[in-house]
Amino acid sequence: MSVELTGAEITIRCLQEEGVQCIFGYPGGAVLFIYDELFKQDKVRHILVRHEQAAIHAADGYARSSNKVGVALVTSGPGVTNAVTGIATAYMDSIPMVVISGQVPTGAIGLDAFQEVDTVGITRPCVKHNFLVKDISELALTIKKAFYIASTGRPGPVLVDIPKDVTQQKTKFAYPDKVSMRSYNPVTKGNARQIKKAAELILSAKRPMIYAGGGVILSDAAPQLTELTQMLNFPCTNTLMGLGGYPATDKQSLGMLGMHGTYEANMAMQYCDVLIAVGARFDDRVIGNPKHFFNENRKIIHIDIDPSSISKRVKVDVPIVGDVLDVLKDLIKLLKAEKDKPDQAALKEWWKQIELWRERDCLKFDRGSKIIKPQMVIEKLFNVTKGDAFITSDVGQHQMWAAQFYKFDKPRRWINSGGLGTMGFGMPAAMGVQLANPKGKVVCITGEASIQMCIQELSTCKQYKLPLKIINLNNRYMGMVRQWQEFFHGNRYAESYMNALPDFVKLAESYGHVGMKIEKPEDVEDALKEAFKLKDQLVFMDFITDQTENVFPMVPGGKGLSEMILV
Amino acid sequence: MRHIISLLMENEAGALSRVAGLFSARGYNIESLSVAPTEDPTLSRMTLVTIGSDEVVEQVTKQLNKLIEVVKIIDLNDGNHIERELMLVKVRAAGPDREEIKRLTEIFRGSIIDVTDKSYTIELTGTSSKLDAFLQAIERSAVLETVRTGASGIGRGEWILKV
Repeated sequence: MSVELTGAEITIRCLQEEGVQCIFGYPGGAVLFIYDELFKQDKVRHILVRHEQAAIHAADGYARSSNKVGVALVTSGPGVTNAVTGIATAYMDSIPMVVISGQVPTGAIGLDAFQEVDTVGITRPCVKHNFLVKDISELALTIKKAFYIASTGRPGPVLVDIPKDVTQQKTKFAYPDKVSMRSYNPVTKGNARQIKKAAELILSAKRPMIYAGGGVILSDAAPQLTELTQMLNFPCTNTLMGLGGYPATDKQSLGMLGMHGTYEANMAMQYCDVLIAVGARFDDRVIGNPKHFFNENRKIIHIDIDPSSISKRVKVDVPIVGDVLDVLKDLIKLLKAEKDKPDQAALKEWWKQIELWRERDCLKFDRGSKIIKPQMVIEKLFNVTKGDAFITSDVGQHQMWAAQFYKFDKPRRWINSGGLGTMGFGMPAAMGVQLANPKGKVVCITGEASIQMCIQELSTCKQYKLPLKIINLNNRYMGMVRQWQEFFHGNRYAESYMNALPDFVKLAESYGHVGMKIEKPEDVEDALKEAFKLKDQLVFMDFITDQTENVFPMVPGGKGLSEMILV
Repeated sequence: MRHIISLLMENEAGALSRVAGLFSARGYNIESLSVAPTEDPTLSRMTLVTIGSDEVVEQVTKQLNKLIEVVKIIDLNDGNHIERELMLVKVRAAGPDREEIKRLTEIFRGSIIDVTDKSYTIELTGTSSKLDAFLQAIERSAVLETVRTGASGIGRGEWILKV
C-alpha cells in the first residue's frame, strides 16, 4: 500500500530504491527538507564536501571507478553554479551521474529570489538532460527517468531541479519498476550487416590498427577488446580516456596515442591500412589535424554508441552504431567462425615496422639526473604499487606523465578529466574512488597548481578518514602552460610561475594528515614505500621536480600525427 | 545548401530552448523555425530551415535526434515535400499605387485583409521564395512592415512523420 510522503522523503526513497549507497553534497536553504530526511535514515550515506565542485567530481570518481551512477546533492543558486564545472567535466567524459539541486519555491521562480538561478538554463548545454519538477506527482517518475537516462546509451550527467515547496508537499509514493520513453530508446545491438562488413575488412587488413577509447571502459568491454586484439594479433593503442581498456604491459599495446602519445602509436595510426576505432571519437587531441590524417589512405571501422560521434571529424567507411560490448561480442563470434585469417606475412612485416618505431624509445628521460624527474616518480609509483592502484590526476604535464608512465592493465583504474581538462579534479575524484573502493590503494597525481584549485578537500578527507596518497609533482610552474610558452611563445612565461606557494607539508599537517617533502631522486622510492605503509592516513608527498622538464612526444596543435616533436 | 528539417518533440516547457541552444552552442545556422502543438497535444511539430553542407546538416540532424525530447526527425530534402510560409505585409497604398498593389496581390494569390485610406495589409502564403518575389515586386519604400512565420513543411503523398 502506498502512503503519503513528502517530496523530500520521496527523493530519499527514490535514491534508496535505486540502490544508491553514497552521495556527495553540501546543504543550503533550498534543500533543507531533503537533508532533514537524509538525517532520519541510514541507507544512503552522505559525504559532506567543502565546495560543490568537489561534490560533483567525487560523485564522478565514484562512478568511473565503480560503474555505478554517481549522485550529488546541492542547493540552489551558488550551489548549482559551483557545481557547473563538475557537471561539464562529467558530460565531456560521458559519466553516468544524477545531480539533485534545490530550487527556490515554485511561486518565487522568476522573481529574482534569494539564491535563485535558472538552473535548468545554466546547465542545459552541459548535461545529457535536465528536469525542473514543478509538480510533486511527477517527482518519483522524474528521478527514475534521470537514473535511466544517465546510465543508458551514451552515459552522462542528468540534473533534477526540485523547488523547495515541492519537497514539502505530500503525495502517494510508488517507485516505478521501469520507465519507457517514446523519445529515448538507445540502441545496443549493432547492425549485423555492418558487423559482417567490418569482419571482412579486418580479414583483408595488411597493416591493421585498433584504436580504443573511453567507450570500452564505459561499457565494461575491456575483456572483449583484449580477446579481439589477441586473437587477431593486431596492435592496439588506447586514448587518454581508454587507458586500461587493453593491458598496457602487454606487447601488443602501443601505449597511448595523440598529442602526447607514443611515437609507435601515432605512426601506426597514421600509416595503418585498416583502422578499427572502438568507443573513441577522433578528437583534436587524438588525431591532430584531420587533413593531415587523410594524407594517408586507410579504411576506417568505427564502433560507437552515439551516432553523432560517427563521421563528425573524420569520414568513416564502416560505421557501427551500438554498445561497444555487444558489437565486440558479435564481431568476435563472427571472426571465430571464419576460416580465413588476415594475411600473416603482411602482419609480420607490419609488426617489424612497429618494432622499429618502438626502438625510437620515445619516452626516454635522464635517469641519472640529480634533480627529481617527474617521469621517474611515476615509474617508481608503478613499481611500488605493483600497477594495482587507482590513479586519479589533475590536468597538465603530470597528467600526461601519469598516462605515459603508469601502465594500466585494468579498466576503471585511471580516472582523469580528459575532455574538459578540469584542474582541481584529482583530489575530489580520488575521494569518490576511495569511497567506492574502500580497500583500494588510491593515488592522486597532481601538480602544485592543480591541487590548489580544490585543496580545501583535505578537510573532507580528514572527516571521512580517506587515506589517499597525493603525489604532488611540484615544479613551481603551471608546467603545461610553461611548456607551450617555451615552444610557441618565445620563452615568455607569462603568469605561469607560481610564487608564494604554501609549505605543503605543513598544510597537510594542519589538516591532520601526513606531509612529506622529497627533494632527491634517491629518496623517491623509500618515500613512496613509507607512504603506502601508512595505510590509514592521507599522505601528501611534495616532490620537488625539475622545472624545465617537458612532455614528449608532442604533436603541436594543428599538426599531423606523424609530425611529433621528439626528445 | 538549404535544408528543411521537420521534427516531432514532446510538448514540454523548455523543449524549444534545447533546440535553439543546440544551434547556438554548435554554431549551426538557423534560418527560420516554426513550432506549434499537433493534433496530439503532447507533441509539438517543428520545422527548421538551416543552411550548411551535407556533412554539417547530417550532424545537425544527429545532434537534434540526441535531444531527449525529440521523438522523430526527418530531413524533408530527402524526398518530395511541400513547403509553405505565411506573410503579413503592411504597405503604403495611396494614389496611383493603390490599384497597382491590389493587382499585384491578386497575381500572387494573396488577399488584402485590412484597409485604411493610406495602407493595405496583405496576407500571402507560399514558398519562402515566392514571398521574397512578392516583396521584390513592390517598391521597397512602400513596405511599412513585414511579418513572416518561417517555413512549415510536409512530405508529399504517403510520406508521413508520425509517432
